[in-house]
Amino acid sequence: MASKVIHAYYNDDDVLMQAVKKVKAARHHIEEVYCPFPVHGLDKAMGLAPTRIAITSFMYGCLGLTVAIVMMNFIMIQDWPQDIGGKPSFSYLENMPAFMPIMFEMTVFFAAHLMVITFYLRSRLWPFKEAENPDVRSTDDHFIMEVEVHGNESDLTALLMETGAVEINSLEK
Amino acid sequence: MYTFSNRLKIGSLILMALGLVGMGIGFVSAPSTVEEAKAMVAAHDDGHGGGHEEAAHEASGAAAHADEAHGTDHDEHLLHQLQNRPWSATYVALFFFFMISLGVLAFYGVQRASQAGWSPMLFRVMEGITAWLVPGGILLFVFLVLSVLHMNHLFVWMDADTVAHDELLQGKAGYLNPTFFLIRAAIYLGGWIGYREISRRLSLAQDASDDNSNFVKNFRWSAAFLVFYLVSESMMSWDWIMSLDPHWFSTLFGWYVFASMFVSGITVIAMVTIYLKSRGYLPDVNDSHIHDLAKFMFGISIFWTYLWFSQFMLIWYANIPEEVTYYVTRIENYSLPFWGMVAMNFIFPLLVLMNSDYKRLNWFVIMAGIVVLMGHYLDVFNMVMPATVGDQWYIGIPEISAVLFFGGAFMFWVFRALTKAPLQPTRNPYIEESRQFHY
Repeated sequence: MASKVIHAYYNDDDVLMQAVKKVKAARHHIEEVYCPFPVHGLDKAMGLAPTRIAITSFMYGCLGLTVAIVMMNFIMIQDWPQDIGGKPSFSYLENMPAFMPIMFEMTVFFAAHLMVITFYLRSRLWPFKEAENPDVRSTDDHFIMEVEVHGNESDLTALLMETGAVEINSLEK
Repeated sequence: MYTFSNRLKIGSLILMALGLVGMGIGFVSAPSTVEEAKAMVAAHDDGHGGGHEEAAHEASGAAAHADEAHGTDHDEHLLHQLQNRPWSATYVALFFFFMISLGVLAFYGVQRASQAGWSPMLFRVMEGITAWLVPGGILLFVFLVLSVLHMNHLFVWMDADTVAHDELLQGKAGYLNPTFFLIRAAIYLGGWIGYREISRRLSLAQDASDDNSNFVKNFRWSAAFLVFYLVSESMMSWDWIMSLDPHWFSTLFGWYVFASMFVSGITVIAMVTIYLKSRGYLPDVNDSHIHDLAKFMFGISIFWTYLWFSQFMLIWYANIPEEVTYYVTRIENYSLPFWGMVAMNFIFPLLVLMNSDYKRLNWFVIMAGIVVLMGHYLDVFNMVMPATVGDQWYIGIPEISAVLFFGGAFMFWVFRALTKAPLQPTRNPYIEESRQFHY
């Protein structure tokens, strides 16, 4: 069954934040908010579950650290030990200060890149993907709040107007 | 207005009294003759089983005596190390609490110069902590004057006899000489205290005025101060700490000391703020302010580690004898404080303060802050002690008492300064942003 939704347009992020809080307080379900830029605190106001991306980032960092250790151990200790600056590399631990920058960089590299890739996958973003936002203005200077309609539509419209919406469209979805 | 609670006041006075007694014991029990020194070490060594002979010789200043007969030279060196111990203990604690204030002053200057919107709510707290600069600075200056007057042997380059036998020190004498040393100290202290007083006055005047002219003036003074501070702080660290090992040098030492004072200062801001909030003051300071301070604690702890490691790795890799002695003495004779400091200043804050939610738990920030502060006390300890007492270090009565005394005095002075003005600024142009601040 097609559900009916209302798109309320806002042109200021502070107004939007207040509106989200009011709409939530009136016990309406906000499907989605399309923004041209990230709005601080919007996820909390909408009641979204906290992001788990930080946990994945930590795991990727650990993976990067492990890769760095294994890699440097193989390259510098096992495969081709050299005597650099009077420090023969026969032991990973004794030469560790030299590997520290690599361990750090690989940790950061893995954490950052894999986190971004995870984010893209989770948001279902890939090259040539069709945009999902309903109105091109949401990439410029408008915020669009998508609210599901249950029951009285005119009450909801009135509420949204009251919160400072600059335009309201209702559509079947 | 904040009123200094009686319990806190009595507590700080008791700390001072205890500290004073302990410091007295430390000074009285220092040996005055070579025989006494040898007897003390002999008694001490029963527990540890020798092994100090070689290491003590490596401590700085030993090079100066290299030509003399080894036996008497070593005993006299030992005597000086033991005599230095109460002085060094005093110096470490004195510098530690002074550097907290100075770190807060730098943080405050940055907030002013960047016109940060989140922090004006905390300005009075910061101004209260920087109040310690005046007594702390005067005590430090007195200490340095006493050193110049040969009351102690902390700075070997002040000893004319040592310099006469040491070509490296002769080469540095144009900079490292007692008169210029004291003149420089006076300039640093004058500049820092001067900025502190001017900024505090403008900050209070801003609340009473009806335009923003004081705020703008404060901004200009702060920007100028930061330029002065960057240079003077670096030179201060060469003068007051690096010159304890006058043969050794490190170009990033100033930054390293800065990182230590910055993170200690921010930690104390967080702790004082949380304490005041728990007593019902600062009603408009919210968890987001604490969260931001804790983020700084986390970030600057990592910055400190970055500098600690950068300094270590370059010296370790290059392996130049006059440079590595610095780390050889520390790793051989100071293994526990040296590595313990890395654990407390890096691994602990890294793991504990990483979680965003924990940074908003006030008691958690206090607990983490206590460890960070102890870690940075150890950092100063590791910077000062190896050069002055060599392997004769111990964290005993003189060290703990000095911390108690200066800690008590610091607390007393800071909280007394907090009573002098309302704890929340009222007419700072950003005060509303700070009040509304949320993450």
